[in-house]
Amino acid sequence: MENPFLEEILNITLLSLRVSGTAVLIGALIGVPIGMVLGLGRFRRKQSLIRFIDITLRSIVNTFMGLPPVVVGLVVYLSLTATGPLGPLGLLYTPTAMIITQLIMAVPIITGVTMSAVGSVEKAIREKALSLGATDRQAAWMVLREARMGVLTAIIVAFGAAISEVGGIMITGGNIRWVTRTLTTAIVVEVELGNFALAISLGVILLSMAFVINFVLTIIQLRGAKR
Amino acid sequence: MPIIEAQSLCKEYSGRQVLKDISFRAQSGEIFVLVGPNGAGKTTLLRILDLLEEPTSGRILFDGTSINYFEKDKVALRRRINMVFQQTVLFNMSVFDNVAYGLKVRGENEKSAEQRVRAALELVQLRGFEQKNALALSGGEAQRVALAQAFVTEPELLLLDEPTANLDPKNVSIVEEALSRVNRERKTTMFQAENLAHRVAVLNEGRIERVGTFQDIFGTPSKFLVDFARLENVFSGVSKVTEEGTSLIDVGDGVHVEATFEKVGNATIYVRPEYIVLSTRPLVSSARNTFEGRIVQISDLGPVVKVKVRAGKDFVVQITKRSFKEMQLNVDSKVFIAFKASSVNTI
Repeated sequence: MENPFLEEILNITLLSLRVSGTAVLIGALIGVPIGMVLGLGRFRRKQSLIRFIDITLRSIVNTFMGLPPVVVGLVVYLSLTATGPLGPLGLLYTPTAMIITQLIMAVPIITGVTMSAVGSVEKAIREKALSLGATDRQAAWMVLREARMGVLTAIIVAFGAAISEVGGIMITGGNIRWVTRTLTTAIVVEVELGNFALAISLGVILLSMAFVINFVLTIIQLRGAKR
Repeated sequence: MPIIEAQSLCKEYSGRQVLKDISFRAQSGEIFVLVGPNGAGKTTLLRILDLLEEPTSGRILFDGTSINYFEKDKVALRRRINMVFQQTVLFNMSVFDNVAYGLKVRGENEKSAEQRVRAALELVQLRGFEQKNALALSGGEAQRVALAQAFVTEPELLLLDEPTANLDPKNVSIVEEALSRVNRERKTTMFQAENLAHRVAVLNEGRIERVGTFQDIFGTPSKFLVDFARLENVFSGVSKVTEEGTSLIDVGDGVHVEATFEKVGNATIYVRPEYIVLSTRPLVSSARNTFEGRIVQISDLGPVVKVKVRAGKDFVVQITKRSFKEMQLNVDSKVFIAFKASSVNTI
């Protein structure tokens, strides 16, 4: 591309999408199954120990849903820094480090929202399916099928949080131009440098993305409300 | 041969006894109805019979074999039973797929499944609804789909948890017709549905009070049933025996009711509203009980009308809508009521 200004914006936007997209994708692969298991109430058994574990897990998920990004960034930074336990991997200030940071934030969100979506349809749908002759596994599958809108919501919510996050990836990515600079970190630095034109362009792109995400989310919710 | 037999079933939820020592047998092909107020334990009992819950103690025999709660056996057994829940639950998919679900989980091949789904939908008069999304249906249609879901697998035992609650009269009649047809043609044993009943069990506070035919139970109701079923024209008073061998019961307010039974002392009696004759002129008849009064209330119940007549005591009289119209009755109309001494029952 000839226009270096546009080229850089494109680079920044694509990196943002790549980092947040990858984090949410991996986050979904981890969070959706955990959320499903917790939501299906398999641990909601009578034994007090299992009950305790279940309640603890749920509380942890709910606490971590509101994890401050800066704190996550700090922890990841300390793990990946040269003297940290994962220092030898040499991941600090790479897109991978940023993906790890956002992944840690995305998993609890996806787990939590999936958990409540599955939990809200669990009893009625499971019992209905069992009553109609389904095996436990078939019934669980039906519960997940009925919770699909909720799972989709979980993923979109997590993506929305990731794409607009700045504190964590600033610390672990380092905001290196052409390498780890994303929409949010770029806005921070361009404002500091007084490059308001670029900052505003990036802001508009970010806002547009947020709008598209919420637009899709609203459509999903309206469809759900028809039930 | 009883298809299902309960032996001393008890169910506790965190120390609270919901079912206490329940025992009964339901014969194959029978419609067995459980009557009781909300919270009596009806749903809990049905859920235990559907193996969704285990009893705290006691056991259930299905087709002569004691039920165990191993996963595999539970699934096999549930496939011979079906339950229609009071709260309609349908899956977010087409009506066809909803009804076909029970066949799908049994691994039935698609071609024969399609025929059976269509037949089941026909039974509940929902032909042409196959491709609609089940969640877009009205309450009555949804409950009929739930019924088709239960019919399609041809269960030996069908558990019905107040299947017509919250339905309008049209849907009620469709559901009842379908149920009675399935019972007649397939000999499906059923639990529930009052007016289709062959036998009735009265459940109160977690305990079965009585089991018997409809006539047994409602012919001589217990005190509890009077409250529950809200029998009309129930009066209490002092009874004495007359020279002719009948009883004359002074129920207060100057009203004396003559009855064919013999009883001395306190008595509670009732007269069914449909046994009372209503007239606008004084009646000359064989009826031993005639009173003059005024209409204080009129309730239109569709084909029949219930009229409350104040004649010392308030009597509820049931007449057809046609008679009601022909007699040009109104609130405050002066009327005469009459009923035979043999129509008076004691409780």
